[in-house]
Amino acid sequence: MASSSPPLEVLPSTRLGATQRIDHWWLAPFAVAVGLALCGGYATWAIFQGQNYFAEPYLSPFYSPCLSAECPAEVRLLGITWWPFSPAILIMGAILGFRGTCYYYRKAYYRAYFMDPPACAVEEHRGSRYRGETAFPWILQNLHRYFLYLSIPILAFLWYDTLLAFRFDGGFGIGVGSVVLLTNVVLLSGYLFGCHSLRHLVGGRTDCYSCSRFPEARHGAWRISSIFNRHHMFWAWTSLVFVCLTDLYVRLVAMGVLSDPRLI
Amino acid sequence: MSTVDATGGVAAKSSPAAEGHPVATPGQRERSFRIWRGTAEKGEFVEYTTEVSEGMVVLDAVHQIQAEQAGDLAVRWNCKAGKCGSCSAEINGKPRLMCMTRLSEVPDDQPATIAPMRAFPLVRDLVTDVSWNYEVNRRIPAFQPRKPDFEDGTWRMHQFEVDRPQEMRKCIECFLCQDVCHVLRSHGKYDGFIGPAFLVRAAAYELHPLDTADRATYLKDEGGIGYCNITKCCTEVCPEDITITDNAIIPLKERVVDRYYDPIGKLVQLIKRK
Amino acid sequence: MTDLDSIEQYAYDVLVIGAGGAGLRAAVEASACGARVGLVCKSLLGKAHTVMAEGGIAASLANVDERDGWRVHFADTMRGGQYLNSWRMAELHAKEAPERVRELEAWGALFDRTRDGRILQRNFGGHRYPRLAHVGDRTGLEMIRVLQDHGVHQGIDVHMECTVLELVKDGDRVAGAVAYERERGLFRVFSAGAIILATGGIGRAFKITSNSWEYTGDGHGLGYRAGAELIDMEFVQFHPTGMVWPPSVRGLLVTEGVRGEGGVLLNKEGRRFMFDDVPALYRDQTADSPEEGWRYTQGDREARRPPELLTRDHVARCIVREVREGRGSPHGGVFLDIAWINEHLSNSEEHIRRKLPSMYHQFMRLAEIDITKVPMEIGPTTHYAMGGIRVDPDSQMSGVPGLFAAGECAAGLHGANRLGGNSLSDLLVFGKRAGEYAARFANENGGTTIDGSEVRRSIDAALEPFSRDGDGTGAYQLQFELQEKMQNLAGIVRREEELEEALASIANLSERAQSVAVPGNREYNPGWHTALDLPNLLTAAEAVVRAGQARKESRGAHFRDDYPDKDPESGKFNLVVRRGSDGEMVLEERPIVPMPEALQQIIEEQQQ
Repeated sequence: MASSSPPLEVLPSTRLGATQRIDHWWLAPFAVAVGLALCGGYATWAIFQGQNYFAEPYLSPFYSPCLSAECPAEVRLLGITWWPFSPAILIMGAILGFRGTCYYYRKAYYRAYFMDPPACAVEEHRGSRYRGETAFPWILQNLHRYFLYLSIPILAFLWYDTLLAFRFDGGFGIGVGSVVLLTNVVLLSGYLFGCHSLRHLVGGRTDCYSCSRFPEARHGAWRISSIFNRHHMFWAWTSLVFVCLTDLYVRLVAMGVLSDPRLI
Repeated sequence: MSTVDATGGVAAKSSPAAEGHPVATPGQRERSFRIWRGTAEKGEFVEYTTEVSEGMVVLDAVHQIQAEQAGDLAVRWNCKAGKCGSCSAEINGKPRLMCMTRLSEVPDDQPATIAPMRAFPLVRDLVTDVSWNYEVNRRIPAFQPRKPDFEDGTWRMHQFEVDRPQEMRKCIECFLCQDVCHVLRSHGKYDGFIGPAFLVRAAAYELHPLDTADRATYLKDEGGIGYCNITKCCTEVCPEDITITDNAIIPLKERVVDRYYDPIGKLVQLIKRK
Repeated sequence: MTDLDSIEQYAYDVLVIGAGGAGLRAAVEASACGARVGLVCKSLLGKAHTVMAEGGIAASLANVDERDGWRVHFADTMRGGQYLNSWRMAELHAKEAPERVRELEAWGALFDRTRDGRILQRNFGGHRYPRLAHVGDRTGLEMIRVLQDHGVHQGIDVHMECTVLELVKDGDRVAGAVAYERERGLFRVFSAGAIILATGGIGRAFKITSNSWEYTGDGHGLGYRAGAELIDMEFVQFHPTGMVWPPSVRGLLVTEGVRGEGGVLLNKEGRRFMFDDVPALYRDQTADSPEEGWRYTQGDREARRPPELLTRDHVARCIVREVREGRGSPHGGVFLDIAWINEHLSNSEEHIRRKLPSMYHQFMRLAEIDITKVPMEIGPTTHYAMGGIRVDPDSQMSGVPGLFAAGECAAGLHGANRLGGNSLSDLLVFGKRAGEYAARFANENGGTTIDGSEVRRSIDAALEPFSRDGDGTGAYQLQFELQEKMQNLAGIVRREEELEEALASIANLSERAQSVAVPGNREYNPGWHTALDLPNLLTAAEAVVRAGQARKESRGAHFRDDYPDKDPESGKFNLVVRRGSDGEMVLEERPIVPMPEALQQIIEEQQQ
């Protein structure tokens, strides 16, 4: 039989966090907030720390390409040494810009830090006028593709560093660090290949492939990028965590805390 | 392998009844629902208890309550197969189709809350006024094909080209994505933003191999695509599993970037055209 | 007494009732002809039952098999309808369907493609060659969306969630309609130079049905009361494959596409029983072995079709036979197995998910069954009414001047049984014709005047249930009872005594419908809506039963246990139902007009 209950929650309530959801909706934004804070915190420390980023033959990914006068001779790029500060700051500008304007990370931090919205069908703060990405500062997110352009050469340097990580005393060899660097660069590549802007630029902007020049190449490039794009979140997180771990590994080896066992 | 037996029929290797099919008759038991009753001015959640059986979906329970206890309980529905997108509501706070939500996936330790969609004006009970969506649809620049490829008025398109817009065409206009989108739901941008459902529609036209219309200006100005901060709730609730954010909205955002926020790219395009 | 001045009034050249495929196509056409068009629909725009159509649109584009052409399509349609069809409609339909499909493409439809980039076509029951233009298994949705968007951009006025109560006449001619809108329960009066009925079918008269609540025979009832004739009402198509479990989705359609892709029917003994009984008319076109049938589904042009792809009436009856004789599945159906194709295809699971995405999804979500791994349980479900308003084949005008009908609520094209895929093409071909001729009729005959007292009468009648006493469940109860009776007494297999009993029940229900009471007020009150739908549903049900009684043979979708054979004499007439001068239902045999020689010849050629 029908029974009347007092109005438990009158539609629509607009208080922050109000929802009829009964699951643990706050769990995901909370985890993201903590994860991003940890990785961001570690990266900031590692960048400004400016030491122990090189342990022959491994260069920490935060410090590549090394363009500072402080850089050890072995890793100087074409001998260029014009940058007066910690070698990492320059590179991190591009990388931070790339990740910061990334379509996945935008979702993550808009939800976790700005609670705009905190989770789906959960109320948020309605006070200020919402402008989304139509006005400063968030309109700058549209520059994502420029950060992509900056990141592509950096990724190339990382691959170069990874090749060098397989050279021991002038000959081929594999250490644990080689594998760590390789994994790192593969994850970063997976992240970059799935970039929404890249996907658009290599073929997504085309509607009629058969009307365009090189239809197979164009559609093929779009398709490959789409494969990585489907799991962009996966690549974003694994590459973020692993780049920190890679830096940590190199650092610990450089500090002599870890020895780097040779596999071959 | 199947074989033809003497009488001309065919015997398969095993009886299908053996696998995968529960044979027992479904048991009956009682469950409670808190259903919003009333209009925008005055209303409350009313608790109903009804007998449910195995395999029932939320819409079945609502219908049963309607037939047995509340003849005037307003609810919109049509196909009851997840193909028409009429029975949208919020079940325990989550925007879903009632006909595609099995009772077995709704926790039974407390009455299930069934509320109307919040982003639209309430008509009565579970029915909302969704006419705004139809107004929006009317204003999207229409599909404009290029000239036919052949004299008989036909075109050639390849499957790999139509795959992409075909995903957008799966939209059943349930408006759950509109309901969950915080730009509409919380910020009320009904004047400046067309919502994920119609970004999907615009994408269906934009990605269409034959279409020649240009919607970049429309999307930026009237469509308000910049209001979307890609928090992906639309994708989470889509009952047709359309990857709304990644495959519709972001590609459109990139097209707007092409036009308005990429001076270097524009320069390159200009030089290439020369 | 109702004050007419307070009622919203609209005037159009052409009023279209129903916004499914036929209604939308008619509205688009009438509007393109320059008419002011009003479109009234019971639900929101774009929710009509056409969205449920899965298989495709039958049109002899000959993209996949160049041997196809309108002649073959014509002959297939006539054979499927057991030659009770209007041959003229079948001819027009076969000739014009390809153009209607190409037109959809020009309006933005995205059909699946052949290798060389043309519209792909698939096999379907009763069609000799692959003929169905399709979009995965959601062709109807694509069609509705394209027509809907094309229509709204053309500027058609749409009245959503608005139900027509009664047609109003001006002398002999139809002049307008009285309707109510659901949201606030207010009445609307439409005057129009011409009216097109496109209200769909009568599926809600049966308990197990693939049709939604809207399918209450509105067009049948409205047309009948306005003086139009109904024809072929005894033929109700039961789709062989509807879901049977869980109970709440019983009747939900499982597309014929499953069989088109190689799905087979098995009884509980695992026997492919469809090989046991192949009708003579189709013996030459049917595969001898499962192997040949499989090759057919994979596009081998030399192979003949498997018996699972025989016409729907036959497949449905075979399933009923298996169940009645105790060889059914646990929940009273039989098994439909697509998973078995893993014997032929190594990537069968992915193949099934790609070819039949919504079926995969439907079973996964609603029955927790993975059709790529285990067979489905299926049984017949009420699907389509071949019968409906008798119309002129060329113009689609009924016997009432100015009143047109198109789509499922019109009759003639399908005869005793409809072929799968011929429905969507029917909607397009005859929707267009109805729109065109209605616009022309309105233009030539000018405006109409509406008699206020008629309007007032229908409104007062509609409000009556509120002034009666009762607890309000009456309307639902009556509908349930009708569905139960029709399912059991006038379903797939019929008998004289049972039809007699059904008739008595309908009389009883009609009586009780006069005193239905509804609770609440006029705002979005489904109890009231159900009560208002009842008279149409009862009219349609009565017509089905009476015509079923009069046809003393078994033909197409109409199967009489007491007359199990086809009777050549009965093949010479259609049954027509109309309203007599005292309001009683009159039944009449109408001889079939002989086919012109040229068409006769096509049929003979195609029999080879």
